[in-house]
Amino acid sequence: MSASTLPTVVASVAQGTGSGFDPVLPGLILLLPLLGFALNGALALVSGSRSATALREGREEAGHDSGGRPLTHTLPTWIGPGVMLAAFLLTLVNFVGMLGVELVEPVIRSYWTWMATGALSIEAAIQLDQLSLIMMMVITGVGFLIHVFSVGYMKEDPGYPRYFAYLNLFVFFMLILVMGANFPMMFVGWEGVGLCSYLLIGFWFRDREKADAGKKAFIVNRVGDFGLLVAMFILFAVFGTLDYQGIFEAAPDTLVYGGATVTAVTLFLLLGAAGKSAQVPLYVWLPDAMAGPTPVSALIHAATMVTAGVYLVARSSVLFAMAPVGAAAVATVGAVTALFAATIALKQYDIKKVLAYSTVSQLGFMFMGVGVGAYAAGVFHLMTHAFFKALLFLGAGAVIHSMHHALHATHKDWDAQDMRNMGGLRRFMPATWITMWVATLAIAGIWPFAGFFSKDEIIWYVGTSAPASVLYTVLWGMAIATALLTAFYMTRMMVMTFHGPNRTGADEAKHLHEAPPNMTIPLGILAVLSVFGGWINVPGSVRESFFGGFGFLPMSDWLDRWLEPLTATAYQIRVDQLGAYASTSPVGGGHVLWGAIATGLALAVVIIGARAVASREIRPAVESPEPTGFGKVLHDKWYVDELYDRIIVRPIQALSRACWRWIDQVIIDGTVNAVGSVARGFGWFGSLVQTGQMNTYAFILTLGALVILGVLIL
Amino acid sequence: MSGILQASAYESWILHALIWLPLVGILGVLASSEERAKDVAFAWTAGLFVLSLGLLWSFDPAGPLFQLTSDAAWIELWGVGYSLGIDGISLFMILLTTFTMPVAILGAYRYIREKRRAFYSLMLLLQTGIVGVFASMDLFLFYIFFELTLVPMYFIVGIWGGERRIYAAVKFFLYTALGSLLMLVGILYLYVQARAGGAPPSFHYLDLLGTPLTLGEQLWLFAAFALAFAIKVPLFPVHTWLPDAHVEAPTPGSVVLAAVLLKLGAYGFIRFVLPLFPDAATHPTVVMVMLILGVVGIVYAAWVAAVQPDAKKLVAYTSVAHMGFVVLGIFALTLNGLQGGLIVMISHGISTGALFLLLGMLYERRHTRRIEDFGGLARVTPLLATAFVITALASIGLPGTSGFVGEFLALLGTWERHPIIALVGTTGVIFAAYYMLPMVQKILFNELERDENRTMPDLSRREITVLAPLVLLMVVLGVFPTPVLDRMEPGARAIVEYVEESTREGSLLEAARTEAGSPGRRFVDHPVFPESTGPVDPTLSLRDGVQGFPIPGDRRLGDEG
Repeated sequence: MSASTLPTVVASVAQGTGSGFDPVLPGLILLLPLLGFALNGALALVSGSRSATALREGREEAGHDSGGRPLTHTLPTWIGPGVMLAAFLLTLVNFVGMLGVELVEPVIRSYWTWMATGALSIEAAIQLDQLSLIMMMVITGVGFLIHVFSVGYMKEDPGYPRYFAYLNLFVFFMLILVMGANFPMMFVGWEGVGLCSYLLIGFWFRDREKADAGKKAFIVNRVGDFGLLVAMFILFAVFGTLDYQGIFEAAPDTLVYGGATVTAVTLFLLLGAAGKSAQVPLYVWLPDAMAGPTPVSALIHAATMVTAGVYLVARSSVLFAMAPVGAAAVATVGAVTALFAATIALKQYDIKKVLAYSTVSQLGFMFMGVGVGAYAAGVFHLMTHAFFKALLFLGAGAVIHSMHHALHATHKDWDAQDMRNMGGLRRFMPATWITMWVATLAIAGIWPFAGFFSKDEIIWYVGTSAPASVLYTVLWGMAIATALLTAFYMTRMMVMTFHGPNRTGADEAKHLHEAPPNMTIPLGILAVLSVFGGWINVPGSVRESFFGGFGFLPMSDWLDRWLEPLTATAYQIRVDQLGAYASTSPVGGGHVLWGAIATGLALAVVIIGARAVASREIRPAVESPEPTGFGKVLHDKWYVDELYDRIIVRPIQALSRACWRWIDQVIIDGTVNAVGSVARGFGWFGSLVQTGQMNTYAFILTLGALVILGVLIL
Repeated sequence: MSGILQASAYESWILHALIWLPLVGILGVLASSEERAKDVAFAWTAGLFVLSLGLLWSFDPAGPLFQLTSDAAWIELWGVGYSLGIDGISLFMILLTTFTMPVAILGAYRYIREKRRAFYSLMLLLQTGIVGVFASMDLFLFYIFFELTLVPMYFIVGIWGGERRIYAAVKFFLYTALGSLLMLVGILYLYVQARAGGAPPSFHYLDLLGTPLTLGEQLWLFAAFALAFAIKVPLFPVHTWLPDAHVEAPTPGSVVLAAVLLKLGAYGFIRFVLPLFPDAATHPTVVMVMLILGVVGIVYAAWVAAVQPDAKKLVAYTSVAHMGFVVLGIFALTLNGLQGGLIVMISHGISTGALFLLLGMLYERRHTRRIEDFGGLARVTPLLATAFVITALASIGLPGTSGFVGEFLALLGTWERHPIIALVGTTGVIFAAYYMLPMVQKILFNELERDENRTMPDLSRREITVLAPLVLLMVVLGVFPTPVLDRMEPGARAIVEYVEESTREGSLLEAARTEAGSPGRRFVDHPVFPESTGPVDPTLSLRDGVQGFPIPGDRRLGDEG
């Protein structure tokens, strides 16, 4: 968000330059994954019914008899990734089409009227603009790669077609989330992705823990959805519409800056965003969500769905710009989450748990960015994070896949995800090893990897953000601390997994192997993106300095400028109200200097950390002692789950039981039955008429009614 | 389509047919064998459903408020008319009824094993009663039909129910009979008051509208009516008959009870309580009491549902929670709220009906309703599991299903007037997940532990035929509810506007009332049955007809005496 280029864009917005952008079949981008869902879903039912028949006949699984893989398993291989590739190419065509034009107003396509009554009219409409297209590129692009990876990863799973059905459905809802042209449409995607997340976390539903994790994700998310619903109700009451365009255009004039209404709206939106994006206090579902297949963790719980909250805040930038308290709350929640989750990641042994807390922490970074008004920086980190975190999860998937095979081959009941059981894997899986190091350097914020640029930009804006400067100085410090912790725990993960001696066991090590090409090629592509993905938004100041060394790149601040039509209004409000961002950090020093300091510190942490971890003796999980002291507190995740269980879950359950046993059964029914037994006093009469014959009853009923009628009339 | 309808004079006979043809169907059921009774009943009700579909075309959303009206004198002396008519609201209530009946009957073909002819006769009798309620324009007639629904349901629970069926049936009967008797008193009082102004006797809805009543009278009458309907809805705290009735009722009984019978209560509030006693219905205290009861119902019933060990009882409690949204929508007195409440009524009918069918199917297979007796069924019955999950999601209002449209509009409409109430009501979406997902998990997911469940057959073709249209409707109404909303809007708007003092003059309902003209003339204007077309002289009816039959409160008689 460089201020120098802003006035020109604002001017062009004011002039209302006509757009020359004509989207190519935007509806088809949505329909393709839906079609994939329908086809794969049908195959899943066929395959499921066959397994069920086998089960009833006493065989445990249908298995792939002698005739190789059945059609229900070969077709999804082509349908699942196929629709994704088509959707990606179509998105690319639209993206390229938008590149060439100065689009200041979003292109809206309305298909039908969804809900209309009285003054309310909600269209089933999609909106194409710079933000939605960036999101669509990430979703379909990374989504396609993960679909391809899944072909290898899920090959032997009996639920193969069901898996692709859910995955396609997820992409469909995720696209609705970012393409919807109004809040209710976005909400369709919002809850839809939550549903798919629920289904995929509990994909292996035979395991009670996994099914529990899916349920937990859904219920916690619904707490956030409650906030989003309430925000919509307020917005409708104020604006009489729920369309983005209508609300955001009217907001600066309708709402009072810093007023109660806009503050309430933004806080409820934050609740929604915190649920979906796993922020404090609603983050607890995401670590458990790792119960799902690992590619799912990569796609849903790292690259796309969990960033929906960031998207929501960026989309509603005008509202947050008008609510300083709301925006500060977003930044604070983000900073607290980032630091808190990073501390937990320090002491996890499960490779996916490390990545899960890392994701929570990185999402916190994005929240900090959009919270201090650096919407483009937040979206930028969202994008680069999608690349390197998807890569990390897929790499972890390859590792787990290999470990699982090795342990399975010798029937060793060790945990395939525990890093203490790994070690030295670089010899067996070099491609995975190298690509994951690329991602690690990216997330650690080492120049010139993608994460450096996006993370650095966020930290910079947090430090230079104008209002309540003490607060932002504290947040800035937390952000830097988090960045260093990130560098450390990621290095720890890499060293424990890939370096040092192998701890799997001699027999098992023979079965360790590199993943097949359909898994390593996506890793390679994501690795390239993790290196170069950050170059699209090199800050002007960095680019021009010697340090940046990017003088040859023409696209300084490209993403900032690309998103300016959407963020300009919010930026202007913020600058008008709070003043411009400072040009130096809270403790002095310019952007370039701090960029150099940050990358230098991170690099030092990586090198020193790698040595420290490597020098420690690590034993397999079964031989390791339990962590003690503060390490145990971190390992046990600060006991937040236990706390929630004690103060929320159990009280509600106890209350529910009390309502049933006491209010329903004793108080209300007790009264009813007491009345009933008085009536039974007339039992002698009742026994006379209880002949068991229907016509007698009918006769008496009619007679009674007539008698009462007569009495009343007379 | 409209050509066929016109050629057959569809509009003139369809409401009568939908009310009375079920009774003709009883003859068919009684004439058939025990074995064939279910087929006859299904074919008959399915045919009636097809017949009723024509209503979608013949009802014109741009036309007058009440359509397909007909009036015939019934008890002329008292001004009781056989008067029918529908607006967009009753249109969909009737369609919901005609749709639910064949589905409920087909869905439980194997459930009912004894006294089948009697059972299906009662089901058909029930249909007459329900359609009659929704089509009645005369309060006396309405009351008769309202009471008529009580009798078959009582026997359905009491004869074909589970172990505690007698307790459940008696509880159901006492609760509802108590409520409706007070309503009868209310109707008669209203009738007498309307006559007091000198008008000829009439129980017609449009004639009783606008009856001058003091606020005190309105409050009393409101209470009398509201109790009857609140029990039927059911509203907390008079809901405890419902879980017992549901648990004990046979599957078709539960389906009809949830899908349609509960709607009688909500319909009563909308059609009668609000417009007849507008000052009471807009009285701040009354509104607040009703809203609080509704919102307590949403949260309280969700909590109680969550700890039920019996799946059917759990779903029964969720009905209370759903109907809480309806009550919010009604008493928010906004168009959005009312429209939302109406969609919840339809959506709840479909999704809860489907849930009861699914639980019935499980019961037929395992003879248990206890949640813990299941587990892991998704592996052995994938089709049933798929239908179950979609239905459960529609029930908890996932966007894209009908449940969301209803709850969203109801809460949105409530927020316009009562934000705090709506805020509490919205927590219902959290608690809905809290009661529904654990049940789904315990039945469908987890390990398949019990051997009895291992050999469970998946859905049969008949069962797929039953569930497919329900599932389809959940999605279609969630994605494209416009045809329903459009047709209901004039009716809903008329009521909301009429209840509002300020906009009453311009409301469609006021127009319909004024147009109806002076009571007593309607039988002349709308000859349906030739024998009833004779002109009724309003001056004659009292003097000559009511000799020796003094009516209390009839001031004219008093004055002259």
